[in-house]
Amino acid sequence: MNKSPSKKPIKINELDSITIRFAGDSGDGIQLVGHQFANATAIAGNELSTLPDYPSEVRAPAGSIGGVSGFQLSFGDESVLTPGTKPNVLIAMNPAALVVNIKNIDKGSIIIANSDAFTPAALEKAGYTSNPLEDGTLSNYRVLAIPVNTLTESTLKDSGLTKAQILKCKNFYVLGIMYWMYDLPIEPTINWIKTKFKKTPELAKANHQVLAAGYAYSEATEMFDARFQIKKSPVVPGKYRNLTGNEAAAYALITAAKLLKRKLFYGSYPITPATEILQTLAKHKANDVVIYQAEDEIAAICSSIGAAFAGCLASTGTSGPGLSLKVEATGLGVISELPLVIVNVQRGGPSTGLPTKTEQSDLLQAVYGRHGESPLVVLAATSPADCFTATLEGARIAVKYMTPVIVLTNAYLSNGSEPFRIPKLRELPKFEIPPLPEPERFKPYGRDPETLARPWAYAGLKGYEHRIGGLEKTDGSGTVSHDPENHEIMSKLRAEKVARVAAEIPPTKVYGAAEGELLVIGWGSTFGAITQAVNEARKTGLQVSSAHVRYMNPLPPDLGTVMRRFRKILVPEENFGQFRMMLRAAYALEPIGLNKMQGQALNADEVLAKIKEILRGN
Amino acid sequence: MENIKLTAKDFASTLPVKWCPGCGDFAILNQLQKAMAGMGLPHEKYVVVSGIGCSSRFPYYVNTYGFHSIHGRACAVASGVKLSNPELAVWVVTGDGDGLSIGGNHMLHAIRRNIGLKIVLFNNRIYAMTKGQASPTTLLGAKTKSTPMGTIDFPFNPARFAVGLDCTFVARGIDTDMAGNAAILERAAKHKGTAFVEVLQKCVPFTDKEFDTLKDPEKKEDLVIRVEHGKPLVFGKNKNKGITFVNFRAEIIEFKPGSVPAEVAVYDETSAEMAYLVSGFQAPEFPIPVGVFRAGEKPSYEELYYDQVAAIGDTKDNELETLLSGPDAWEIK
Repeated sequence: MNKSPSKKPIKINELDSITIRFAGDSGDGIQLVGHQFANATAIAGNELSTLPDYPSEVRAPAGSIGGVSGFQLSFGDESVLTPGTKPNVLIAMNPAALVVNIKNIDKGSIIIANSDAFTPAALEKAGYTSNPLEDGTLSNYRVLAIPVNTLTESTLKDSGLTKAQILKCKNFYVLGIMYWMYDLPIEPTINWIKTKFKKTPELAKANHQVLAAGYAYSEATEMFDARFQIKKSPVVPGKYRNLTGNEAAAYALITAAKLLKRKLFYGSYPITPATEILQTLAKHKANDVVIYQAEDEIAAICSSIGAAFAGCLASTGTSGPGLSLKVEATGLGVISELPLVIVNVQRGGPSTGLPTKTEQSDLLQAVYGRHGESPLVVLAATSPADCFTATLEGARIAVKYMTPVIVLTNAYLSNGSEPFRIPKLRELPKFEIPPLPEPERFKPYGRDPETLARPWAYAGLKGYEHRIGGLEKTDGSGTVSHDPENHEIMSKLRAEKVARVAAEIPPTKVYGAAEGELLVIGWGSTFGAITQAVNEARKTGLQVSSAHVRYMNPLPPDLGTVMRRFRKILVPEENFGQFRMMLRAAYALEPIGLNKMQGQALNADEVLAKIKEILRGN
Repeated sequence: MENIKLTAKDFASTLPVKWCPGCGDFAILNQLQKAMAGMGLPHEKYVVVSGIGCSSRFPYYVNTYGFHSIHGRACAVASGVKLSNPELAVWVVTGDGDGLSIGGNHMLHAIRRNIGLKIVLFNNRIYAMTKGQASPTTLLGAKTKSTPMGTIDFPFNPARFAVGLDCTFVARGIDTDMAGNAAILERAAKHKGTAFVEVLQKCVPFTDKEFDTLKDPEKKEDLVIRVEHGKPLVFGKNKNKGITFVNFRAEIIEFKPGSVPAEVAVYDETSAEMAYLVSGFQAPEFPIPVGVFRAGEKPSYEELYYDQVAAIGDTKDNELETLLSGPDAWEIK
């Protein structure tokens, strides 16, 4: 990138990492600029983590507090594991965005405000009696009040566009400013604009001009006394792209089907925050992906079970309430012993609850929430990119053991994004399926002696015609059986088969000393916050270790041994202690809980405070 | 392609068939096995999917691929099978409770999509397997175990339900009418898109008298009308009654046998409007209609789906890396 000479030398500050929050009306294009900014940081070689945070209403009234959309990201060196607790920079596109976010930023932080949006009417809507940009209430912050509307309009005064069209470009002005401040490449966004507005070249030109004008404005004005360079992360060479957790899960399903050399079938019903999996897969119909937008959650899973019977790698995705609707059919998956991947993107519940917010409160539903003795495998993803690894592993286990597998992610992971290194084929796990005997020796419920999986003879395969269903089966032949002893045998076999998945689980990694005073044990999306908190605690001399669990059912075989080496166990989770309850039941231990139920992810500060409280008694 | 000749025997299962003596299911099973044999596909290309209920035991008695799924969900499971592999002939066997009550949503959406399922709905107007509760087709006022004072729900007319949804093939048969049913199922087997066949059937333990009059050799010709494409709507033991339409209302006229008046309507199975009027005939005002009510052409769901795939251009053989890269990947060296 060309760096034009500045009017005066500008101080360059180097930082390990920084947290930025874009906020504005849900119609201001906040998510769009957030994603563009995130991509730019990734391309610049930073580690990053993002957190989109938007209202559940499609379009809340303009300027209202309920309509504030946010996009937070943290970027920097390898220490970046979460989207950050408190933003160092807040971009407030209107007064409502300021009022909603000011309570969460420390004094001394930077606030970039679109001063044109601070009109008397907008101030009143946000509950301000006077303009905070002028009345001195923000004197403890570094406020940059920029008339973004006016600057955008003057940039495009000769464009021939209407005022409404012009003002729609204003988010790119801000993006240009941010690119300059953080020394980030502007070209990827220019290329994106060209593709996005291919059919409306006048809008492509306008957005491009505004972006460049924002960049030039920052360079030219003396408003900014500093420019920041954020440390980069030492990354593994390779091809990267920025993926959200939902996209990562979708690509994992496609990858799994490729490794299995079968079609992928994804039956799904739209539900926040899981819908993007369906939408991502819908773009890949030509890649042997069969997507089926079903009439409801039940049809979504039932069609997938039908697809598994027809030999596809079958999958479905949903969120809490949808998982509840799928419960009966999941039982059918268990008794018919068909492979099925269920991605459950947890959100705030019960019922409609907080549909766009995050939680970890479906763990018990996933592990235990079915009629009858109905064991299945449950995995949890730890980060947006890890949704790929966890879902791929879920699919591998589903076909190897002929079982439904639930992969738990949540709104924090599904909407958040981070760079994903595109794997080479040879780096990916091998997919094995139970051997299919010759037709003469085929028994629908014959079992692989090692995994106890039954053979996957699918409809259409010559010589293997057979019947299955929801009624109890005779072991081996698979004919319907009401025999009391057979039912117990079959129930034990299904449980034992799932228990044997433990053989797939690698040894539990303990970060820090393998024994001591305190082990922080987490699962799923709290990985970043816990790791960051434990790192901080160790820097201050505290003796604390951490471990993170991916395999929720069955649990890692060594987990009990690992935990017993510590005097105290802390389990932070975004629920009222579901994993803690499982650990107590499995190991008769008494872990301490750190529980948060606010629709917001646990952050490193909260975990750190709890560690200090336990170890220092304060 | 090899010329495949299968017979009903090739679909007969070795399992003991467990229905009550006298149940119409036995007859339908035979007819269905024959219809399948006539489809000319290799044996392994057939799949029978069912939900829960007496009729839903069907898959166990047909020696092909079969899935006895859960209550009401047969159409959903079957849609997954069909879309995964359109080469398969997918039959759904369901009942009035399974298909129209707990599974009503899946039924109507299968029909809406025109997905290539052959749906056979056995209508005995009762929940038989749970031993005698009112179903969505139980007639108004009927006393059942769950309605000791008589039902107060207005019943569904299954064939008309399907016609109303613009199902591309709708027919109704009577279980004991072997020849009539065989002809219907044979046509359903060949239909592209969703085929919906209602079969009237009594339940020996619970609705033993249901439809009896339609089977009475003395009365049936006056109580049943067989609709046939291109033929006048004539019925009666002496073929002396016909249907006319005046201002979209049906009327019965009588005439001298052998001389059908011009105003007697000629049945047109391609007409949704006529199918709607005729499938709505109820006793005692009108004879109960049987036969193929509606047969139309519309692309099937699976056809449209795979046409889209073909239009994009199949890229399934692309390298995984290309597939995962997308438009905005970057390289770090």
